[in-house]
Amino acid sequence: MFDGRDPIYLQIADRIRGDVLSGALAGEEQVMSTTQYATTFRINPATAAKAFALLVDEGVLYKRRGIGMFVSPDAREHLLTARRERFFVEVVDPVAAEAAVLGVPVDAVVERLRSGYAARATAATTTTTAPHEEGDPR
Amino acid sequence: MSGFSVEVRDLTVRYPAWRRPATTALDGLSLTLEPGRLHGLLGRNGSGKTTLLSVLAAFRRPTAGAVLVDGEDPWENARVMSGVCLVRESGDVQGEVRLRDTVRLLEQVRPTFDRSFAESLMDTFELDPRATPTSLSRGKRSAFGVVVGLASRAPLTLLDEVHLGMDAPSRYAFYDALLADYVEHPRTVVLSSHLIDEVQRMLEHVVVLDRGRVLLADDADDLRASGTSVVGPDTAVDAFVAGRRVLSRRSLGRTVQVTVFGRLAPDDVAAASAAGLELGPVDLQDLFVDLTAKEGVR
Repeated sequence: MFDGRDPIYLQIADRIRGDVLSGALAGEEQVMSTTQYATTFRINPATAAKAFALLVDEGVLYKRRGIGMFVSPDAREHLLTARRERFFVEVVDPVAAEAAVLGVPVDAVVERLRSGYAARATAATTTTTAPHEEGDPR
Repeated sequence: MSGFSVEVRDLTVRYPAWRRPATTALDGLSLTLEPGRLHGLLGRNGSGKTTLLSVLAAFRRPTAGAVLVDGEDPWENARVMSGVCLVRESGDVQGEVRLRDTVRLLEQVRPTFDRSFAESLMDTFELDPRATPTSLSRGKRSAFGVVVGLASRAPLTLLDEVHLGMDAPSRYAFYDALLADYVEHPRTVVLSSHLIDEVQRMLEHVVVLDRGRVLLADDADDLRASGTSVVGPDTAVDAFVAGRRVLSRRSLGRTVQVTVFGRLAPDDVAAASAAGLELGPVDLQDLFVDLTAKEGVR
């Protein structure tokens, strides 16, 4: 975990945003402290603090003095709106471009999306899927 | 106490005059280490890491230049020295003295030493307090060096490849103990290591030495973001990298992969994508290899 291209603090921020989006972290819930983050994932505490500062700026987290960091009550709504805005540009457009290069008919892409969406929608109502499935944090 | 700062100006160390030709281990090196941070000291064999740490710990006197630790020259300075702890791979302890006696001695001489922490670490690393370092395996001897380095809780803790002899589970136990204790008791830590992949995420600041000088000193996150791999058709890649600092170039037919150093602006990223080039990350280990490899060695 935490070894992609982005700086580690951005990866941590992404992970927390992901947890808020999936509902693993609810509004008003307390998040791990920078200390817990540092020791659990073997990262520098200043790096974890940087991620938290970023999320506070974005309004995803807020600080209660002397207690710790909490998820803002409307964090999930904000994140959903932002992600939906980026969805077509960042996810759908590259799929369209790749399909065009490969000569995959658009109907086949749409059909695939439709069946995948249906399967997901059914699964989501019966089970809660884990947001992350990485291996050992080492 | 949140740790000692370190200020090094034009530091030169040449090895004794009776050795011909004299070795220049450090060559006009300048460096600042902010207090209370976890610094990484990286460099190839013979780049000057151990010499630099030995000067900071006043084990060795500079040939020229100035060193300030917590604002003062550390040489023959009792106040500063009681707050500096250097542990080298050998463990820097007496070979024939039982571990528990070394721990008792350190408790007497080091104001910040925590004996119960030392004992719990010895437990973690399965070190018998009645054993002597000479009777231990290399890995266990290294582990005792780690115990001394961490339990000293020195405001300037210098760990010079202490963990190289340890096996992977012990190294991870060391990383966990270091981070947990550093969070509880912030201090200035300098960790020199070849195992860049393992330690990079724990570091806040990274210094890379090369042939006795500072090649790079930057925040670890910034450093990780400063190398980019560019892949694509040779003419397009060459046009894109013209004027940039190219660290390495590999070609496979007409496709080439070039590693460039220096941050790319959003415009650069857009230009690369418009030219059909693929941009990718370069991890710290690869960046280190490319930056410090001598021509022909790579």
